[in-house]
Amino acid sequence: MIRLAWTYLWSRPLTAVLNLLLLSLGLASVSFVQLAGTQLQQGFTRDLEGIDLVVGAKGSPMQLILAGVFHLDLPPGNIRLEEARLLAADPMVAKWMPLSLGDSHRGFRIVGTERSYPEHYRMTLAQGRWWDKPMEAVVGAEVAASAGLAVGRSFAGSHGLAGGEAHAEHPYQVVGVMAPCRCVQDRLILTATESVWETHADHHPTPAASATEAKPRVAAKAGQKTADQPVGKHAHGAHDHEHKLKSGAEAAKPVESPRDITIALVQYRSPLAAARLPRWVNGQTGMQAASPAVEVSRLLRMVGVGAEVLRVAAGVLLATATLGVFVTLWGALRERRADMALLRLLGAPAHRIVGILLAEAMFLAIMATLLGLLVGHGLAEWAGQELRAQGALGFTGLIWLPQEWLIPSVALGLALLASVLPIVAAYRLDPARALVAR
Amino acid sequence: MSALRAELPVAQAPQGGAAPESAPPAIEAVGLGFDYPQGPRLHFADIRLPQGAHLLLRGPSGSGKSTWLALVGGLCGPTRGRLHVAGRALQGRVPDSWRAQTVAVLPQRLHLSDALDVRGNLGLVDRAAGRGVDHAAIDRVLDRLALADLGGRYPSQLSGGQAQRVALGRALLARPRLILADEPTASLDDELAAEALQLLRDTAQELGASVVIATHDPRVAPAWPDAQTLQLQGLCA
Repeated sequence: MIRLAWTYLWSRPLTAVLNLLLLSLGLASVSFVQLAGTQLQQGFTRDLEGIDLVVGAKGSPMQLILAGVFHLDLPPGNIRLEEARLLAADPMVAKWMPLSLGDSHRGFRIVGTERSYPEHYRMTLAQGRWWDKPMEAVVGAEVAASAGLAVGRSFAGSHGLAGGEAHAEHPYQVVGVMAPCRCVQDRLILTATESVWETHADHHPTPAASATEAKPRVAAKAGQKTADQPVGKHAHGAHDHEHKLKSGAEAAKPVESPRDITIALVQYRSPLAAARLPRWVNGQTGMQAASPAVEVSRLLRMVGVGAEVLRVAAGVLLATATLGVFVTLWGALRERRADMALLRLLGAPAHRIVGILLAEAMFLAIMATLLGLLVGHGLAEWAGQELRAQGALGFTGLIWLPQEWLIPSVALGLALLASVLPIVAAYRLDPARALVAR
Repeated sequence: MSALRAELPVAQAPQGGAAPESAPPAIEAVGLGFDYPQGPRLHFADIRLPQGAHLLLRGPSGSGKSTWLALVGGLCGPTRGRLHVAGRALQGRVPDSWRAQTVAVLPQRLHLSDALDVRGNLGLVDRAAGRGVDHAAIDRVLDRLALADLGGRYPSQLSGGQAQRVALGRALLARPRLILADEPTASLDDELAAEALQLLRDTAQELGASVVIATHDPRVAPAWPDAQTLQLQGLCA
């Protein structure tokens, strides 16, 4: 009977293929939405883990979060290190991590920071070791693969993210490669904060060094660094540098001198800090504090509309597909009512006729599940690669999420649902009809 | 058809020739009646048809020929009277397996499945009975009915006569004790009608089966001179 059901199904190939495609598309949409949504959510959650406050130059708080946590945008400007350290010294701050942004290598962002940063994200090494001194770098897994960097190789950073002027005279030495984490750190080059200062120290003949990819427009608007730059600083192209002739070793000394960083990531000691610290930073300092929880929920609300639209579209597709399967089975029953009656005449019990219809529905569901998952994962992988190529948060289709086990269940359930009426009709089929059919 | 008959290998006859003397009658109906819910109440004349004998069922439209066939085929139970088919008393619902083993029905529409080729259509007999398809038996039937070259054709590619033979082949494969044929010559020209009737007779003889033919066709009676006739009047009790 299984073979008979298969033959019957393909006796109307166009109808079968169209319904198969319809159901597959619905399931592929569900699969894609699950893959993308879950991974983006996990990425957000992971990148935000333990970060209660992001402090940077005044500007857009969303931009600050996107630049400092997700490394998706340019930062609004720089902040003075000593001012950030004042904040860090607050008893309500449990932990802080400085980030100095501004340079890149082949489009991958170089992040000057401290070892506490990879430790915070529990990054592990696939090769080599962490940096011990300035101009040593540890690269993310995707950087290593795309830029061909491995332990022992050296490279030069360049201004901005678009491959601006190169710092050829200050090559970085790769001392480690991070294990892949499917997170933003895969696309980062981590080094000591002092590396960034040193790179930019020689670049300009005046004291103080810090490099950022800051937007001068925003900084000027904020009326801070560009307005009250200390002596020895000047605007340089799209970013603003402090210039100070110091060796890397000197630069590594903490901070009697007015150095800049781009962003400080802060973890509270107590939830009570949420009530006081942001207000203090925004009101009493030249810096801006942005709460990732607030900004990300705002972002998710905006993005969520799109995800919701996708979900609704997937739902509509699935509903249409269910209707399609129903129409297929109903049509099959109508077209073959005489065949079914004849089978009954030949002695086939009613449950065997029902079995044929059920098998047809199951064939459709199984094939649609396989095809839908294949298309959904393929689409997710392709879209994820496209997003990663643009430096955005990416995702992959080469994983299996536990909730995807629901998809075969959904497909089988829908096929069963669509089969109910045809099955009832088949069960009630009167074999005597074959005698009177004309 | 006589040539075809001559080719029939006697050893392969499923039940082989005439029924034994002690065989129960193919059909025995006494006081048989059927009441349609909110419809006519039909009463049928008594009949006793020995196994291997044949019956022509006649009567105007609406006289209850199809109902009578449905009753005898075990497709519905009589509301009145006593009915035995091949030794079994038919009351109420009859098991599908009994029907599969005992009765072959040739509906007026031949009901060859368009989705299946000739071999597939013949295989329906085994599939309906829930057993594996006996391909060797199908080959033998195809040979016997001169359909050996047509096994892969679909019904739309068959002539009327060929389709009729496929339907009869299905009856052969079922090895029934009773063949119920509803207007088997309707819409056939004289030559095809003669061929179909001869084939039906050959098949019945080979199986030792009785044949009941419900028909209006005046060409049928001369071809079955030995058949009993049951005239249905469609009497309302």
